[in-house]
Amino acid sequence: GFGSLMQDVLWCFSQVKGTIDIGVTEADIISTVEFNHTGELLATGDKGGRVVIFQREQESKNQPHRRGEYNVYSTFQSHEPEFDYLKSLEIEEKINKIRWLPQQNAAYFLLSTNDKTVKLWKVSERDKRPEGYNLKDEDGRLRDPSMITMLRVPVLRPMDLMVEATPRRVFANAHTYHINSISVNSDYETYMSADDLRINLWNFEITNQSFNIVDIKPANMEELTEVITAAEFHPHHCNTFVYSSSKGTIRLCDMRTAALCDRHAKFFEEPEDPSNRSFFSEIISSISDVKFSHSGRYIMTRDYLTVKVWDLNMENRPIETYQVHDYLRSKLCSLYENDCIFDKFECVWNGSDSVIMTGSYNNFFRMFDRNTKRDVTLEASRENSKPRAILKPRKVCVGGKRRKDEISVDSLDFSKKILHTAWHPSENIIAVAATNNLYIFQDKVN
Amino acid sequence: MFVRGLKRKCLDGEEDIEGTLAGIKAIPSYNLQRQSLLDMSLVKLQLCHMLVEPNLCRSVLIANTVRQIQEEMTQDGTWQMINTQNTGQASLDRLVSTDILCRSSSEQAEGKHVPGYGTFSKDFEGDQGQGSSETMSTASSVQAPRNLQSNVWEMENPQESKGNFQKSLDQIFETLENKSPNSVEDLFSEVDNSYYDLDTVLTGMMSNTKMGHCDGLETFSSPTNTASNSNCKSDLNELDHIVEILVES
Repeated sequence: GFGSLMQDVLWCFSQVKGTIDIGVTEADIISTVEFNHTGELLATGDKGGRVVIFQREQESKNQPHRRGEYNVYSTFQSHEPEFDYLKSLEIEEKINKIRWLPQQNAAYFLLSTNDKTVKLWKVSERDKRPEGYNLKDEDGRLRDPSMITMLRVPVLRPMDLMVEATPRRVFANAHTYHINSISVNSDYETYMSADDLRINLWNFEITNQSFNIVDIKPANMEELTEVITAAEFHPHHCNTFVYSSSKGTIRLCDMRTAALCDRHAKFFEEPEDPSNRSFFSEIISSISDVKFSHSGRYIMTRDYLTVKVWDLNMENRPIETYQVHDYLRSKLCSLYENDCIFDKFECVWNGSDSVIMTGSYNNFFRMFDRNTKRDVTLEASRENSKPRAILKPRKVCVGGKRRKDEISVDSLDFSKKILHTAWHPSENIIAVAATNNLYIFQDKVN
Repeated sequence: MFVRGLKRKCLDGEEDIEGTLAGIKAIPSYNLQRQSLLDMSLVKLQLCHMLVEPNLCRSVLIANTVRQIQEEMTQDGTWQMINTQNTGQASLDRLVSTDILCRSSSEQAEGKHVPGYGTFSKDFEGDQGQGSSETMSTASSVQAPRNLQSNVWEMENPQESKGNFQKSLDQIFETLENKSPNSVEDLFSEVDNSYYDLDTVLTGMMSNTKMGHCDGLETFSSPTNTASNSNCKSDLNELDHIVEILVES
C-alpha cells in the first residue's frame, strides 16, 4: 500500500525515454521533470527549450501487471535562444522549471520558464474538425462565389486525435537575473517567479505587469553576499511562501503584512557545527531546492550533502537531517575545482509525505523513509532496464575493503548526476532524469 | 589534496615546520592548501565567462570563499600584499579592472603588462624582472597569489598592506556595477546611460571576457591558445588606446 515501509517497497524499472547514443547532444539534456496534479501527465523540459509531455495510458484489464505506461502526448518548442543585444549576451533557451496548473476544463495548462521569460502553455486535444464550408473547399482553397448554387451548414466530423500546444501568455521583461523558480499559488489566480535577487508576483491574466514582493539586491553590489536559490508558495495558504538562500537559510513570508516582503515572518537556520567548519562550509550549505510537504506542515531543503526536513513551527533547526552522500565530504576540494560542488540537486516528497527522494552522482538516487528511518540507494542505468526488473540497492564503499557489488568513491562518475526527479502525486511511480534519459520506475505489483 | 599545476618543489625558507615536514612527506601544508584554494577561487571568478551570463550564485559563493580566506590570512598575519594603490590612480584602476577580466590566461601567466596602468609593486617588479614601473593594480590581484606563494617561501615583510586585496575584490564587483561617475563613463558618455544601469552592467560586463576555459589553475598556469580571446584582445587594444589618451591628457 501507499506509504508502506521501505522494506515492503520494491522498485522496478518501467520505462526509459531518450536515446542510447553514447554522445549526448547537449540540447537533449533534461533540465526539469514534473507530474501534473493527477499524475496523468508527466512533463519534461530540456536544454534545447523543448517540452515533452507524456500521458499515462488507461490501465487495461487485459494486462493488469502492466500499470499504465507513459507515452508521448505532446512535444513543443517552448523557448527559443535569444540574444540580448544591449548586453551582448545570449539568453539560454534551457527550460529551468515547469509547473502545472490544476485542471479546470478539458485543456491542460502549464507554466514553463527559462532564465528570463515565463510562458503559459495550453495543451488541448482536437478530435473533430468542421467540414462543409461554403466558401472554401476541402483543401482550403477559396471557391469562386459565383459558382456556389446552394448553402449548407458546416458539420463537425471526427478526426484523428491531435494534441496542440499554444502559448497563451508570455510573461517577459520582469527579471534582470536568472529565474530559478516558479510556483503556482493555491488561489490559482497568481503565481510567483524568483530570480537570484528578486521575487515577482504575477496574475495569470496580466502579462505587462508584475508585483515585486521580495528584493534582496543591495544598494551597493559590492556588498552582495547572498542570493535567492529557490522559492515556493504554501500549498494551502495563498498568502504564504518561502524562499531559500545561498547561505543555507529559509525565510517564510506573509504577503498580508506588507507589499514588499523583505521582512520575513519566520527565519529558518541551523546553527553551524564548528567541528565541521571549512572553507567550503558556506558553499555546501547553500540550499539548492526547497519544497513544502503536501500537508503544508513541513518544508524540505536540499543542500550539497544533505536533505533536511523542517517543521514550520520550529525555526532554529531542522527536525530531520538525511545524509545523501557524506562520503563526498573529504572530496570537497576536488569537487570545488571541477565545479561539481555547485550542482543544484532537487528533492521531492511522495504523496503521503512519508518518503523523500533526491539525486546524487553516478546516476544514483536516494530515498529516505521518514517513519522507519531506512534509506536506499538506487541507480538509473540501462543495465537495469529490463521490463519490471527489480532495482537492486547500490552501495558506495568509503574505504577499506570493497565488497563485491559495491562501488568505491573514486570510481563514481561525476558527470552522471541526477539533479531532477519527480514523484507521482498519489502512487509509487517516480520519474528520474539522467542526463538525456528519463527513467520511470514503479513499485512492484504483486 | 593537491591542486594540479601547483606543485612546489622548493621548500626553502618555509617557516612552517609542518610545511617542511610536509615537503618531505609530500603532503601540502595547511597554508599551501589555503593558498591553492585562493588561487583557484580567483581564477574561477575571473575566467569563467562565456557568451551567456555567469551564474550569480556561483560567483557570490566563490567571492565569499575568497573573502573568508583573506580574513583568515589577515588574522594569521600571513597576508602579504603589494602596496596600496593611492587614490590618484582610482580612475585608472577601474579601467584596469575591466581589462583584467579580458586578459587571456597566457598573458596572465606571462605577467604581461600593459603600459599606462596603475602602480607597480616592488615584489612584482622584482619577480618579473621588468624595468617598467607600471602595471595593473588588479592585474596584481591575479599575479599576487603567485607572488604570495613565492613570498611565503621568502618570508617577506608581513606588515604590508592587506587592504589591497579587498580593494581588488571590490574592483571585480565594481566592473560589474560601474556605479560612480568616473573616467569610464566619461569615455562612453555618448552611449545611452541606461547601459550602465547597475543591473545591466552587472550582468553585461562580465560577459565581455569570453574566455573559453574554466579548468581552474590548469588554465591559469599553462599558456593556452588565445583563439577564443580575439574579442578580448580587441577590447584590450581599445583600452590601451583609451588609457594612452588619458595619460597624455
